Amino acid sequence: MSDASELLRRLGAHVTGMIWRLGFATRFFLLILKHSGTSFRRFHLTVREMYFSGVQSLIIIIVSGLFVGMVLGLQGYDTLVRYGSSEALGVLVALSLVRELGPVVAGLLFASRAGSAITAEIGLMKATEQLDAMEMMAVDPIARVVAPRFWAGVISMPLLAALFSAMGVFGGYLVGVRMIGVDEGSFWSQMKAAVDFGDDVLNGVIKSFVFGIAITWIAVFEGYDAPPTAEGVSGATTRTVVTASLWVLALDFVLTALMFRGD
Amino acid sequence: MSTGNLVEVDNVTFGYDQRAVLSRISLDVPKGKVVAIMGLSGCGKTTLLRLIGGSVRPRQGEVRVAGQVVNRLSSDELYLLRRRMGMLFQFGALFTDMSSFDNVAFQMREHTSLPEPLIRDLAMMKLHAVGLRGAAKLMPSELSGGMARRVALARSIALDPMLMLYDEPFAGLDPISLGVIGQLIRHLNDSLGATSIIVTHDVREALRIVDYVYFMSEGVVIARGTAEEIRASEEAFVHQFVHGEMSGPVAFDYPARELREDMLAWDGDGFYRETEAAA
Repeated sequence: MSDASELLRRLGAHVTGMIWRLGFATRFFLLILKHSGTSFRRFHLTVREMYFSGVQSLIIIIVSGLFVGMVLGLQGYDTLVRYGSSEALGVLVALSLVRELGPVVAGLLFASRAGSAITAEIGLMKATEQLDAMEMMAVDPIARVVAPRFWAGVISMPLLAALFSAMGVFGGYLVGVRMIGVDEGSFWSQMKAAVDFGDDVLNGVIKSFVFGIAITWIAVFEGYDAPPTAEGVSGATTRTVVTASLWVLALDFVLTALMFRGD
Repeated sequence: MSTGNLVEVDNVTFGYDQRAVLSRISLDVPKGKVVAIMGLSGCGKTTLLRLIGGSVRPRQGEVRVAGQVVNRLSSDELYLLRRRMGMLFQFGALFTDMSSFDNVAFQMREHTSLPEPLIRDLAMMKLHAVGLRGAAKLMPSELSGGMARRVALARSIALDPMLMLYDEPFAGLDPISLGVIGQLIRHLNDSLGATSIIVTHDVREALRIVDYVYFMSEGVVIARGTAEEIRASEEAFVHQFVHGEMSGPVAFDYPARELREDMLAWDGDGFYRETEAAA
């Protein structure tokens, strides 16, 4: 009996703890929005962070995009050729990338490359009292440290996803046209005819924008909320990657259901 | 501000959850003086500093700085007041992604619209005041502990504060750096016309430079006086603290049961078996 009530008590504590944290994260998000003025008035602060989270993610995004596209080219050809429609390879590669793989895989990579770095940096700044020092200097750390990182992530993410898709299409072209020998004209023209700007490209951009908000929000929150110790920061970094990745996948399902029902 | 005190802590009680850290504590810091708050680790002295800086608010009582009640200020008013305060953190808390120079120039760039050449001159003068003009371009990771503390000191005096707060400024420094920081604290206080509060447990260095000392233990002030009075104090705790004696009001042993009982209770598995006497 006491075991059961103890279990119930722990479950309750866990649930209320989670709800409390969610509320805290929401208030934190509103604070970021409220203190976002600095990020745009002094845009060089945001540009600097875009260098760290965006530019430094370029290599992993470009290489992964290229390989994902090349694999799509191989697998897609293998399937399409059975139905004698191998010239539709361009459509298959482009649609999979622009609608799904671009935003999602770039989001997962962004969470592990840039998200973890943001969490670790803010967490360490907190652990070494840099955030307290800033506050004692009458500078709000949310305005000066958190908001520029948040907006840098939100701006970088759609660009990285677009680059991922572009590299993927190029990879598919390399494998499909250059290596296997699919007709180059039909590869590009069918792609051009089938990919709709509003339905496909724009929806992909919206997805990557939403993922960008979710990932950087989680990353800055985990860093700001991290216990100021070595274990605290390492735990927060891990949580950023796991939570952000799960949110990317969950949001992707919800957004896809909203965008492409009826198609 | 009729009393000539820059900081007045009036009957302040503070605690986390159920635990009281400070209970009904009162102390004054006269303008222009260097005052030390001393006591054992965990006696609430750092908390007191955070109350004065406005990072935490007391449960009851008032903290007044320059006539303003810190615990009743809105966050905008508090930020305005903090522009006139400087704080040196225990390990400097320099911004690790900026050079020494940028650290010192940080507040000037954030709070003033001075042209960059002027900021450069001002920041260089601050670095010069702590003897580190030559280290302006170095990153915090390239500085020794003592140098980092000095750069942090230059940063905290960037806007010529009226009040300087020092959190354990002597912790973890070699004797030379320690002496240098001590002299700088005194010298900067007098040349800036500021008022300083030092939280420390380094008795020797503190007594060399301060005007007045408050001794704290378990959340209350148990002794106060000038450096001379403290050195000569007959109060048992102060005497033990100043002379670093092993026995006195602060016991060497953490409370435990009888030694004989503990030795016999060892059950070989790494756990103590509760003996009847202990239960």
